[in-house]
Amino acid sequence: MLLRDLAHSRAGDKGDISCISVIARDAADYPLLLREVTAERVRAHFAGIVRGEVRRYELPGIGALNFVLEGALGGGVTRSLALDAHGKCLASKMLEFDLGG
Amino acid sequence: MRTVRIGAGSGFSGDRIEPAVELAEHGGLRYLVFECLAERTIALAQLARRRDPEAGFDPLLAARMRAVLPACRRQGIRIVTNMGAANPLAAARRVAEVARGLGLHGLRIAAITGDDVTDRLRGTETALDEGGTVAALGNRLVSANAYIGAGSIAEALEAGAEVVVTGRVADPALFLGPLIREFGWAVDDWTRLGRGTVVGHLLECAGQVTGGYFADPGVKDVPDLARLGFPLAEVGEDGNALVTKVAGSGGRVTPATCKEQLLYEVHDPARYLQPDVVADFSGVKVEAAGEDAVRVTGGDGTPRTGSLKVSVGCHEGWFGEGQISYAGPGAVARGRLALDLVRERLGLIGHEAEEMRFDLIGMDSILGPGEGAPEPREVRVRVVGRCTSPEEAERIGHEVDSLYLNGPASGGGVTKAVREVIGIRSCLIPEDDVRPSLAWVEA
Repeated sequence: MLLRDLAHSRAGDKGDISCISVIARDAADYPLLLREVTAERVRAHFAGIVRGEVRRYELPGIGALNFVLEGALGGGVTRSLALDAHGKCLASKMLEFDLGG
Repeated sequence: MRTVRIGAGSGFSGDRIEPAVELAEHGGLRYLVFECLAERTIALAQLARRRDPEAGFDPLLAARMRAVLPACRRQGIRIVTNMGAANPLAAARRVAEVARGLGLHGLRIAAITGDDVTDRLRGTETALDEGGTVAALGNRLVSANAYIGAGSIAEALEAGAEVVVTGRVADPALFLGPLIREFGWAVDDWTRLGRGTVVGHLLECAGQVTGGYFADPGVKDVPDLARLGFPLAEVGEDGNALVTKVAGSGGRVTPATCKEQLLYEVHDPARYLQPDVVADFSGVKVEAAGEDAVRVTGGDGTPRTGSLKVSVGCHEGWFGEGQISYAGPGAVARGRLALDLVRERLGLIGHEAEEMRFDLIGMDSILGPGEGAPEPREVRVRVVGRCTSPEEAERIGHEVDSLYLNGPASGGGVTKAVREVIGIRSCLIPEDDVRPSLAWVEA
């Protein structure tokens, strides 16, 4: 099962940092996301893209997690050579996260 | 409880204009806000202003104003916008010209200046968040603009401005200003300022909360995106709000669209740093309240930090880029051969770059290397580099172009580009070092 089956996501940028939300479509799945989608696993999922730390913030009130990926945007949106300099597509990459099962 | 309706007429400088007209005519609004200033836009605007002292504001300012001013004047809707970019005063004069052209005489326009701190910071040892100092940028420094708060916007509205034109202002503050003016919120009412920031944050990207940037066919469907409606919020005196849109417009407003936008570009949701407040989104609740209506409650805030973020623009050299496509059986192998060839050629001709990137679009340009992924039917080679001169940047495109006669079989569709790079860095400045001021223009 992919994360896309249970959650939706949007990515934003600030400098060289990408922020990616993971929002449970059904609040009942939030505990599963909380257990499976850890900062450590997300960092591994983005290997080759993220160079720095990955932090996770929890929002039980809206059944969402917010990930902050440092060093994920090729040195910063305004000077990055990447095709998707803003890292907008990284939300779709996030939804490719394998939940197992 | 008294409420006020506030709408978002744009979420970026290139945004559609018709949804703003729809909001002005049918939104029952008291305020219409246009957010048009991305990080880099203001640095580019500063360069434009240096070439022409009457330039440096949003290129669509006149078109937007021409489209919405008649309805706004008729209904008493006040307009707030950061389309002033690097030249709010010239922008205000332009709005006056447009108003006169429409016969809207006496329209009162306020320009807010003071966000430009370039001269104050130039040559100082102010530390940049990315490392180094402003002084070390030397003559590469293009601009420095502080994200100012909602105070001067509220003040301008209180003094009777029908249009408020700003430069760099924290985006949510464009919405918070009208709410402060409307409800008389105290400067240390952190809860209400935090809630007002939630409203501003939800609305500042316009269509991104009404179903824009949301559709994923079969998974998250959105009706009638071609006529996407822009959002409005009905905000109560306590700062809680109902987010909705004009009935009959395209798109949708649901708890899911609101959640995506709530977290957009946010780091720690409990500490969303703003000039007026540190907003706390961590306890926000969103609930459906009818069709295309979502009730947003539970925002909060803590005292502001006393520092303002400054966006620092600097020259970062030149991008040079070349692309070419390969298709059919063996496309990926030919694409890879082309990339290797260009890499070798750039070495042979002694090409110099600060940084280079070699992508095979269709395979690894966005998601990074993926093992075992199926091969696409067509791929596009992309070679891009950052160089210290336009001439050096141009050589990259030349090498890709030369693949036509000298590279792998059946490559086609070469494109080449060279462009100047203005990078953005950031630093902090004590709020007391920034003094916003108001200037008035009348149509």
